[in-house]
Amino acid sequence: MNRFRTPLLWPLAALVALLVFNALASPGFFDVEWKDGRLYGTVVDICNQGARVPMLLALGMTLVIATGGVDLSVGSLMAVSGAVAAVQVNAGASLGQAVGLALLLCSGLGLVNGVLIAKVRLQPIIATLVMMVAGRGLAMLLTGSQMVPFKHEGLTFLANGAVGGLPVPIPLVLGVALLAGVALRGSAWGLFIEATGDNETASRLAGLPTGGVRLLVYAFSGLCAGMSGLLEASNIAAADPARMGDTRELDAIFAVVAGGTALTGGRFSLAGSLVGALLLQTLTLTLYNQNVPPAVAPVPKALVILVVCLLHSPKLREQWGRWRSPSPA
Amino acid sequence: MNRQTFLRLAGGAAACSLAACQPSGPSGGGAGSGGKRVVGFSQIGADNPWRTAETESIKAEAAKRGIELKFSDAQGQQEAQISAMRSFIAQGVQGIILAPKVETGWEAILKEAKDAKIPVVLVDRGVAVADDSLYATLIASDFVAEGTMAGEWLAKKCGGKAGVIQLEGTTGSAPANDRKKGFEAAMASHPEIKVLASQTGDFKRSDGKNVMEALLKVHGAAITAVYAHNDDMAIGAIQALEAAGRRPGKDVVVVSIDGMGFAFDAIVEGKLNATVECNPLLGEMAFAALEQVLKGEALPKLLVQKDRLFDESNAAAERPNRKY
Repeated sequence: MNRFRTPLLWPLAALVALLVFNALASPGFFDVEWKDGRLYGTVVDICNQGARVPMLLALGMTLVIATGGVDLSVGSLMAVSGAVAAVQVNAGASLGQAVGLALLLCSGLGLVNGVLIAKVRLQPIIATLVMMVAGRGLAMLLTGSQMVPFKHEGLTFLANGAVGGLPVPIPLVLGVALLAGVALRGSAWGLFIEATGDNETASRLAGLPTGGVRLLVYAFSGLCAGMSGLLEASNIAAADPARMGDTRELDAIFAVVAGGTALTGGRFSLAGSLVGALLLQTLTLTLYNQNVPPAVAPVPKALVILVVCLLHSPKLREQWGRWRSPSPA
Repeated sequence: MNRQTFLRLAGGAAACSLAACQPSGPSGGGAGSGGKRVVGFSQIGADNPWRTAETESIKAEAAKRGIELKFSDAQGQQEAQISAMRSFIAQGVQGIILAPKVETGWEAILKEAKDAKIPVVLVDRGVAVADDSLYATLIASDFVAEGTMAGEWLAKKCGGKAGVIQLEGTTGSAPANDRKKGFEAAMASHPEIKVLASQTGDFKRSDGKNVMEALLKVHGAAITAVYAHNDDMAIGAIQALEAAGRRPGKDVVVVSIDGMGFAFDAIVEGKLNATVECNPLLGEMAFAALEQVLKGEALPKLLVQKDRLFDESNAAAERPNRKY
């Protein structure tokens, strides 16, 4: 039974199945060329587009969900980050200033979420819902509700440049994931997060800094959303305050759940969430490649999501186990 | 504690939205004071330059005609639009201009206006009501005609032979449905133009770029033209084409709809080939229609705003006139 406990197994299996389908159904799916000093191909697009939004957001969301919370504000914080950076570079700020300010502000707003939840004791869904509305408003305020295009080589390089042949977002997201993984699993903080999600009262009574844990995870989620917003703005060389990041928090939640982190909290898998995000992005591109009409595209998408979630269901796995070995020892 | 904080927040939010629906025009004057005509205008919001331009056009036309305009920005809330209309009726305005956020849910308030004998002119979007006597007329662009105009121009530019990627707007929205319908109707008479793929970019620049990036890998050199349902997605597609080493505007024909200022810039730069405007300057037509109704003249239920196409031959000359 132990193999079913590996959270990575099911999203990986679904991802492989989807890739096999693509290998058969769309010739050239795995073709990768070397073009203008970088890799070029569908799989690179999947990783690049996936890294920019769902993977980054999912990293932050994983830790939040592990504490038993949820962060609905990440889509709006993306818009805030993009708006700040665009307005800053247009006002003549350096890349470091613009990026630093955007990330600082988004982490700060994430921290506000954390305070509302850990100190004021608001429900996470309400506190972050307030931030979702307020963040969108802030982005609109910063930009006068208009799209802000910019011409700034440094800022556009973030999403359009390449490092070692790979689009920048890919090494960036892997770096963030690695850092977070090492920091959390290398220290007791990973365990603190899981303990907080498992039973907050017991953890607090045992002397764990549960308040600090919550502040940390929401601030980190804000930071990830800030990075994602920077990359999205960089990608189109403009900040789109009204629509950037709209409903992307749901993509992040899906990636996390598909990756084996339960919404009830208490355990997490960063690698699982990355695979979940890749699965989602592969699915999106598969539907483009097969030219599935946009009106019906949500149906196959929903089906794959349902299957992955069913695979994760403990109840169903129990049934499956019984069916495989009718007379358990 | 939890509950109180939430209630306080909710209360604050409600107060904000109430404040938002107060008409922001000069107050206390009362309707018709000093024989001046008073018209109310309920706008959806100001979330994009197109809508801002529409608002400006209506304000400017009111000032030009010496009409006092009571303006309400609903910040994207239908309820705020309805309460603004109710306050216009209470103030006894002579006419109401409404840019409805959605199609449904207007019967009751339109009935109130009708009972108060206040004509309502709809601008840019229609409403779904069983009784069309509830409003005077709808002034709007014909999205189907825009799609057809873009399609015909693309067919001519490509010499009747092309592989086209269509970037659709938000799935299910009226402009996306109609711009697709109009374009595909135009394509029906050009058998050598193939629509290789038709995917939604949700009217967003980022999604337009993502979709184009993906489809370039699938169709590659077969892509010789792009038709986008709005300028934003066209700009996204242009960025993806350039990243893939193609030359948008030269070896890939790009046509879009909306006629925003940045699209004119892109045409002047030679990256976008043409844009069909979706003219937001509805002010003059709206007030002309109101005057006619108030004089008791009958109006058709739909007045179509004439949209023009701009390409490299006339975009540069028109650019200075684009305020949005």
